[in-house]
Amino acid sequence: MATEATGGGLEFHPMDQFVVKPLFGAGEVHWYTPTNVTLWLALTALAAIALLVLGTRGRAIVPNRSQSVAEMAYGLVHKMIEDIAGKDGLRYFPYVLTLFMFIVFANLLGLVPMAFTVTSHIAVTGVLAMAVFLGVTIIGFVKNGAHFLDLFWIRSAPLAVRPILAVIEVISYFVRPLSLSIRLAGNMIAGHAVIKVFAGFAAIAAVAPIAIIAVVGMYAFEVLVAFVQAYVFTILTCVYLKDALHPSH
Amino acid sequence: MFSLLQEAATTAAGHNEGAVVVVDEAATHGADVVIVHGVDAAEHAGEAAGLPQLDIATFGNQIFWLVVTLVVLYLVLSRVALPRIAAVLSDRQGAVTGDLMAAEEFKQKAREAEAAYDKALAEARTEAQAIVAQNRAEIQGQLDAAIAKADAEIAARTAESETRIREIRASSDVSARDVAQDVAAELIRTFGGTVDQGAVNAALDSRMKGAMQ
Repeated sequence: MATEATGGGLEFHPMDQFVVKPLFGAGEVHWYTPTNVTLWLALTALAAIALLVLGTRGRAIVPNRSQSVAEMAYGLVHKMIEDIAGKDGLRYFPYVLTLFMFIVFANLLGLVPMAFTVTSHIAVTGVLAMAVFLGVTIIGFVKNGAHFLDLFWIRSAPLAVRPILAVIEVISYFVRPLSLSIRLAGNMIAGHAVIKVFAGFAAIAAVAPIAIIAVVGMYAFEVLVAFVQAYVFTILTCVYLKDALHPSH
Repeated sequence: MFSLLQEAATTAAGHNEGAVVVVDEAATHGADVVIVHGVDAAEHAGEAAGLPQLDIATFGNQIFWLVVTLVVLYLVLSRVALPRIAAVLSDRQGAVTGDLMAAEEFKQKAREAEAAYDKALAEARTEAQAIVAQNRAEIQGQLDAAIAKADAEIAARTAESETRIREIRASSDVSARDVAQDVAAELIRTFGGTVDQGAVNAALDSRMKGAMQ
C-alpha cells in the first residue's frame, strides 16, 4: 500500500490517502478542477442513485434484494424522522434521506482499497453540518418566529438558573455544526490512518501476521463505524429538526 | 499522531528540500522509523504542509463539487426515487389491506353459505317429516277404510248367515211339527183311536213351545 521499505527502515504515509489531487495531470487545484474528490463524490452519488433508483425499477409488490435494501433505507430514515421530529418533520424527509445516503455511501466507498474518503475532509463534513445548522435555524425562525428562542429559555427550570442555562444552551447550539462535522471527519480520518499504519507494519516479517490480523479487524470495525457515523449524523439532524419544529421543551 | 505530523511537516518546511524526507525524533532514538510526508506536496509549491484536511487551498474545490453532488443527488432522489418507493410501499399496503378485506368477505360468504346449507337441511328434514306423517295418515286412512269395509262385509255375511240359519231353523220347526203331527196321528190310529186333530195340534203346540225356546 502506501508503505515501502527503504534501506531496511519503514516509511509511513498514513495521511497521503487524504491528499486532494487533480484527476488529470498535476498542477494547481482550482475550485473547478476535477480532482479525486470530484471522482469519489460522483461515485458516491452514483452508488446512492443505483440503489434507490435502479434498485427499485421493478416496482414490485414483492421486492427483490436490491429493492428490499432500498426500501429498508427509506423506511429507516422515514421512521427516524417520524419518531423524533414528528409528522411535520416529514416535509424535510428528502433532504435527510439525501444526507444519510450520501454519508453512508461516502463512508463505505472510502473503505474500498485505494479509495479516497470524501467524508474524511473537514471541508465536506463542515458543509454538510453547516447546511443542517443553517437549515434548522431558518426553519425554526420561520415556523415559530421569536418563540424559537424558547429553546434557550427553559421555562421548566427555576427562574434563577434560567440565564445560566440559556448561556449553556446557546453555546451548545452553536457547537452543533462543529461537533457534527468533526465527529464524522475525525472518525473517518482516525480509522483510515490506523489501518494504513497497521498495513505499514505488515512490511516487517516478524509482526506481519499480527499486522494483517489487525488490519482485518480494523477493517471490520470501520465498516461498522461507516454505518454508525452516517446513522448518528442523520439522527442528530432529526433531533435538531425537532428542536426547530417544537422549540418548547 | 497529528502533532507528530505537524512537527514533521514544519521541519520539512524548514529544510525546504526537493523531496522532503523528515527523520522523526524516534529515528534519533534508534528506532529507524522514517515518516515521509509531503512528497506530493513538494510538487505543489503553494500547498500548505500538515494534514491534507487543513489545506485551505483545496476547500473551494471540495465545497464546489460537494454542492454539485448534493444538488444532483437531492434532485434525483426527491424527483425519482422517493415517489417511486412511496408508491410501491403504498401499493403494497393497499394490496395487503385489499387482500385482508377480500379474505374477510370470503369468510363472510362461507359463513352465509353454511347458514344457507343448515337452513336447507332443516327444511328438508321438516319436509321429510311432513311427508312421513302424511303418508302415515294416508296409510292409516286406507287401513281404516279397509278395516271398516271388511267389518261391514263380515257383518253382512253374519247377517246373511243368521237369516239363513233362522230360515233353516224355521223350516226345520215346521217340518218337525208336521212329522210330529203325522207320527202322533199314526200312533193314535195304530192304537185304534180316533184322531182328534185339534187336540193333537194343541198338545204339539204346548210341547213345541218348550222345545223351540
